Amino acid sequence: MAEVKTRKVIHMVRRGGISKTKAWAIRLIAAFLSLIVCAFVIVGITGQNPVAVYAGIISGAVGSGRRAWVTVREMVTLLVIAVGLTPAFKMKFWNLGGEGQILIGGAATAAVMIYLGPVLQDWLLFIIILIVSALSGMLWGLLPAFFKAHFNTNESLFTLMMNYVAMQIVTFCIVLWENPKGSNHVGVINQKTKAGWFPSFTGQDYMIDVILVTVITVLVFAYLRYTKQGYELQVVGESVNTARYAGIDVRRVIVRTMMISSAICGIAGAIIVAGASHTISTATAGGRGFTAIIVAWMSQFNPFAMVLVSSFLTFMQEGSIQIASQYGLNENASDIITGILLFFMIGCEFFIRYRIEITTAVVSNAKEEK
Amino acid sequence: MENTVNAIELRGVTKRFGEVVANDRISMTLRKGEILSILGENGSGKTTLMNMLSGIYFPDEGEILVNGEEAMIRSPKDAFALGIGMIHQHFKLINILTAAQNIILGLQGPQKLNMKKITDDINALTEKYGFDLDPDMKIYDMSVSQKQTVEIVKVLYRGADILILDEPTAVLTPQETQRLFDVLRNMRSAGKSIIIITHKLNEVMEISDRVTVLRKGRYIDTVETKDTNEQKLTEMMVGEHITLDIDRTEVEETHRRIDVRGLTVRNREGLRVLENVSFIARSGQILGIAGISGSGQKELLESIAGLQHVDSGQILYRAPDGSVKELTTMTPKQIYDMNIRLSFVPEDRLGMGLVGSMDLTGNMMVRSYKKGKGFLTDRKAPKELAQDIVDKLEVATPGITTPVRNLSGGNVQKVLVGREISSSPKVLMVAYPVRGLDINSAFAIYRLLNDQKEKGAAVICVGEDLDVLIQLCDRILVLSEGTVAGIVDARETTKEELGMLMTSGRHTAGENMQKEASRG
Repeated sequence: MAEVKTRKVIHMVRRGGISKTKAWAIRLIAAFLSLIVCAFVIVGITGQNPVAVYAGIISGAVGSGRRAWVTVREMVTLLVIAVGLTPAFKMKFWNLGGEGQILIGGAATAAVMIYLGPVLQDWLLFIIILIVSALSGMLWGLLPAFFKAHFNTNESLFTLMMNYVAMQIVTFCIVLWENPKGSNHVGVINQKTKAGWFPSFTGQDYMIDVILVTVITVLVFAYLRYTKQGYELQVVGESVNTARYAGIDVRRVIVRTMMISSAICGIAGAIIVAGASHTISTATAGGRGFTAIIVAWMSQFNPFAMVLVSSFLTFMQEGSIQIASQYGLNENASDIITGILLFFMIGCEFFIRYRIEITTAVVSNAKEEK
Repeated sequence: MENTVNAIELRGVTKRFGEVVANDRISMTLRKGEILSILGENGSGKTTLMNMLSGIYFPDEGEILVNGEEAMIRSPKDAFALGIGMIHQHFKLINILTAAQNIILGLQGPQKLNMKKITDDINALTEKYGFDLDPDMKIYDMSVSQKQTVEIVKVLYRGADILILDEPTAVLTPQETQRLFDVLRNMRSAGKSIIIITHKLNEVMEISDRVTVLRKGRYIDTVETKDTNEQKLTEMMVGEHITLDIDRTEVEETHRRIDVRGLTVRNREGLRVLENVSFIARSGQILGIAGISGSGQKELLESIAGLQHVDSGQILYRAPDGSVKELTTMTPKQIYDMNIRLSFVPEDRLGMGLVGSMDLTGNMMVRSYKKGKGFLTDRKAPKELAQDIVDKLEVATPGITTPVRNLSGGNVQKVLVGREISSSPKVLMVAYPVRGLDINSAFAIYRLLNDQKEKGAAVICVGEDLDVLIQLCDRILVLSEGTVAGIVDARETTKEELGMLMTSGRHTAGENMQKEASRG
């Protein structure tokens, strides 16, 4: 008879279901833990009192009117990209090309500002910028969507590769538009005339950005929820066979949805170039096309949850930029902070799906005999 | 001594998945040299329990004793070391290899394989138990029953003394089932202990020495087969008294509704999955479609529904007003736009008929979302329909905002069937309508099909349980390798006749077609 031994075994048990409150509580705990770990890291690097460090972060993000507006500007930019990606993602079309679509939209905006800025009136420029940036972003999304719909190519690779093409085009444009000559930078476009710049509204430079993004967010929410097209794209995302069964033209839905999604990313490019930086470089998108994917996912594609998530991320990013300059760290410090935040916020999804259990299992010697 | 030790003994075995208790403190035994049936409805925990014996799951609580010794089975490898082999419902074979290559796959062997010796060993095994198997045959050339034989021999070759077969007869014809049972009896004589999971009562009565019944994850009882009968077993399985007869209503007036003429369909690889199929479906009748799985049933229904590209042939719809419309090249949208009320309950419910992540209302909209005004959808009517279906068909759901993927198989099917019959269809096609359903739900579905038949729908029902088809249908069309092997009157046919037709192949098909043509 084998000797019976017991030992503790860790089990990962899939949850049957989880209430919304509990899920959000877990996310909140994760956000809190990430702040603590961030504090340790910052203290480790700077040797400062963590309370002072967090005070620095808060001051960096919202410490002055100017800083608060920059944070809001960055937040709405991230939000509009996430909102733009959402229709495609709801269709399970993995658009990793937000980055390229933003860049192309931004380049088109810069072109309008440079070539038409001196000629046209401001209100006309504003409208043309919106249209042209949306169309060029749309074109960037249309290509992979067309090939996906008709030849079933892999959309992730295709959209990802399109990012590099966009980057090369922007590099070429920089050569074309560099100012001053030889600087390898475009510099601030129309610095004197401010032609093509989004006008300030209610005295705030970035108010137009906020209004634009709010309108787009509400429209996308309504589109997904109340329209036939929004319904169709969700059915296609869940099951192509069910879509065909329901009489949905799957190819058309793929192309149409991706056109909408990438047009919004194109407009995000306009918001960055005409509404914020007033210049164009290969870093114009700055990885936001990817960060926005996380924002969209974490919010479960709910546009209003995206407001919260993008606020939190931007707040910490802007705050840590301040910390970096305050304590003489380089810009990578803010990347580290963002990295830690994302690690916790994505990692906590595991605990939403699974539960850890420790049970006692019987270990017999029968097995070792063999 | 040998007889007193049980091959397997379970003591208080529990397995949970999230909040769901799949097995609740189950204790049972498998004696040496017996065939034990494990009987239970879908979702009663049979497969989960066996998966713990074969090392796929690990119990949360309880003990497993193999040959009287406590065992810890953490992987299929551990299970094999203990002499336990499981033959799963879905075969795990590599198509481009031969039977012999599949059998030795994954085994430790010498540097250079002696295929001659391996083949001889396999032949010795097959001879001993009466299998019919060519070790050099490639898997892709094999029928389903031959593949199953490979799986069984694979387990025996690894020296298993305890065999677990999960629903082995689900994919077999009556004749193949008999051959399998002969082999199982030979194995029992040779001292092997066998567990067979099933929910077919007649097979339980025929093959097993004892029956263990599970219900909703709990152990109910174990009885000697000779001391029980089908009715008693059903009551143990369901927990209440129910009658096992399906009513067949007689409809006086029937009309031609769907004419299929010379339908030929090729799959993606260009192989003919349907060849020259012709039949008539009449209103007020249930036309059953029988055949070994993969004989073209799916393609046949999808062709009529407009989801399949048709190579040649015609599909005609004869409306009650006498007009004739050709459906051959129509898409589902065109059929819908022409106001032809054709409903279809596909085999893959969540993969084709429903959207798993959407709630009941959203799933009602699959058929009706286009009805909304202009750009917007109308959610009100679908919402009412969802509530109506929940009330009328007694769908067990927390509410109509629950995603359908969270519902059990029977309730998912009720939602789908409920939606499809809500449009009062003229043609109702259902594929395996009761697969995965408990007995009560299954009978509810049969009643719904009969209702539709009485209301004058032409019902086409693809089924796998021949007993049910014979009781439920008016006529039965048998498909064999994509051809019509025969169309028989369900009142006169027998299971054996259907079984013969199912395996008749192409050569006799033409003959039967002629008969049907001259009859109809």
